[in-house]
Amino acid sequence: MNTLAAAWEWLTDPAHWPGDDGIRHRLLQHLVLTVVCLLLSCLIALPVALVLGHLGRGGALAVNISNVGRAVPTFAVLVLLLLTPVGRWSEGPTVVALVLFAVPPLLTNAYVGMREVDRSVVQAARGMGMTGRQVLFHVELPLSFPLVLNGVRIAAVQLVATATIAALAGGGGLGRIITAGFNLASTPQVVAGALLVAGFALLVEGVFEAVERLAPVWARGGR
Amino acid sequence: MTAPPDDCLARNEWICGAYLSTRRQILLDAVVQHLQLTFLSVLTGLLVALPLAVLARRRRWAAGPVLAVTTVLYTIPSLAMFSLLLPLYGLSATLVVAGLVLYSLTLLVRNILAGLRAVPEEIRQAALGLGYGPVRLLLAVELPLALPTAMAGLRIATVSAVSLVTVGAIVGFGGLGNLIYAGMNTYFKAQVLTASVLCVLIAVAADLLLLGVQRLITPWTRAARA
Repeated sequence: MNTLAAAWEWLTDPAHWPGDDGIRHRLLQHLVLTVVCLLLSCLIALPVALVLGHLGRGGALAVNISNVGRAVPTFAVLVLLLLTPVGRWSEGPTVVALVLFAVPPLLTNAYVGMREVDRSVVQAARGMGMTGRQVLFHVELPLSFPLVLNGVRIAAVQLVATATIAALAGGGGLGRIITAGFNLASTPQVVAGALLVAGFALLVEGVFEAVERLAPVWARGGR
Repeated sequence: MTAPPDDCLARNEWICGAYLSTRRQILLDAVVQHLQLTFLSVLTGLLVALPLAVLARRRRWAAGPVLAVTTVLYTIPSLAMFSLLLPLYGLSATLVVAGLVLYSLTLLVRNILAGLRAVPEEIRQAALGLGYGPVRLLLAVELPLALPTAMAGLRIATVSAVSLVTVGAIVGFGGLGNLIYAGMNTYFKAQVLTASVLCVLIAVAADLLLLGVQRLITPWTRAARA
């Protein structure tokens, strides 16, 4: 309990909030990194997944990429990127690694979501004279929305976690508070940083939970 | 004064045979530590997850809390997890193992539970009708039938553990992660690349090994398809 109290004291100390190393700046960095990388990953992964799902091709590829992605250590990729030309741009390695690891779960979940759409519904839409584009946007996309959103949620939580590891390789974000704490051998600071990160991750989960609840009925898979 | 040697180490190349031969012992030690940390955490995770999953299957009220807690644990980023456990375990290998165990729980509990739930009710009834008690029902009927799903979870948990061990470098117990961390600070390209590739190789080897084990202990899944 002592450690937690000390961590809380560190966290609520007004001196630790302002400045470039302050909690406020690190929180903002973490938020910006997560949001920017989530948007970038969605822009890359979702169109590909929707087209592949619509055509019913490349499923094995999407799933395999996702599985291989799990075997590659994030930390190793971050450091490798840091030592390449990407590392010359301060947030370069972080952004590239984050996007690289967020694309596979997005791709797989969106693809599976598209394929889970009842084939007879698609057939019916075709029979009513809908074009391929109309089927995609008016039938498949709304029906697969819950699973696609679930993929976005998994990617978002993973991004928060990866953004933390980025601090080990010199990136910004809340992880910096933890690594700085380790360097100073300050357990209260390490635990305070961990609490901030864990809180951030749980908050992201909560936001997606709320989005799912607020989504229109058709987008909740009729639940 | 002698001229500095002009080999790939001096030129700091990504791929370097001289690195492999001169640092063999360091690499070997790191691989051993990596394997130990992975093995210990997955094994412990399995020992904790199995009773939790069985409890969640047998007692309806337990399923909700068990799944909720393990999922929340999985949400916490790995670096934060190691940090939160720091006051409990200090800078030790136990800290890394404890963090990894908590991680593997979500994957293992979910998959074992899904496997147990997929056992057809008729089969359970038939076993009960044959006079099987609850323990024998679990060991001889439910668990074997749940194996394929449980093994899928075990494979994912193991592969994830291999890659997460590297983060343990922050407390000095990261197996190959230690080499990556040190290589980053000294800009030692050969060391970073070699250690990273070894990590991936360990993950792939572990996955294939578990796949082989799964095929060996569930021969009926292949017989049914043939």
